[in-house]
Amino acid sequence: MMASMDGDAALRALEGGALIGLAAGALLALTGKTAGVSGIVEGVVRGERGEWGWKAAFVLGLLAGGFVLRVAVPGALATSAPRALPLIAVGGVLVGFGARLGGGCTSGHGVCGIGRLSLRGVAGTLVFIATGMATVYLARRLG
Amino acid sequence: MKIVVAFVSGLVFALGLGRSGMLLPGKVLGFLDVAGRWDPALLFVMGPAAGLTMAAWLWRKGRPTPWGGEIPRRSLHALDARLFLGAGLFGIGWGLTGVCPGPAVSNLAAPSAFTLTALGAMIAGILLSLLPLFQRRGPGH
Repeated sequence: MMASMDGDAALRALEGGALIGLAAGALLALTGKTAGVSGIVEGVVRGERGEWGWKAAFVLGLLAGGFVLRVAVPGALATSAPRALPLIAVGGVLVGFGARLGGGCTSGHGVCGIGRLSLRGVAGTLVFIATGMATVYLARRLG
Repeated sequence: MKIVVAFVSGLVFALGLGRSGMLLPGKVLGFLDVAGRWDPALLFVMGPAAGLTMAAWLWRKGRPTPWGGEIPRRSLHALDARLFLGAGLFGIGWGLTGVCPGPAVSNLAAPSAFTLTALGAMIAGILLSLLPLFQRRGPGH
């Protein structure tokens, strides 16, 4: 294994992580809600009673942030697919289904779960990083 | 006011994803590619992200919030098969697409066949999980 990241990239990662932590921490401290994106999107698509308003607002915020980046930070948004579209479609379904079955995604288990010292969050994060690494390894061997 | 806080939180969250490079599938797959040129950036993102969330939680847990309910004092510790199976499948999808739910939404600001496919398929997966067959009440984030 050979690590590859320059100092600028490390600083940007730390700054970006701090913004994410600020967003999730403020949402928790001010409203008691968890910034777990898969659960938020689920609430929006199924019209969850009592929670729909703030969840829809969070999703709109994510989208608005995307538009700000599109205008202000060239290269911040994804442009090309890393794999063939049928694989993206299969992967996307697994992302949505797996996150809801397991009760969290990168933000819910990774950021908020670990942030709340939750055993579920730590376990979920370790599992999806492991299967993610295994998938990329297999794709590299087979592709 | 809760709506305003949620909107601003989502916006800042997206800016953080963009600043860190985590909207780019190549950066995410670089972190997962331990047999290649491994890119540890995702760990540098997770550190302050989880750290600041932890600070907010340790500071305010069990207390009321200005625009919502009380912040839960206890965290979820129950481990079950659904957690491991779900997280396992999520990781496979993450390794195929390089995209998780937050970036799938924010990347819609620049629609392409890739971003539309990733988001559409993710929503399809969420809807699939809502089928009675896959429903069971339990802890979740």
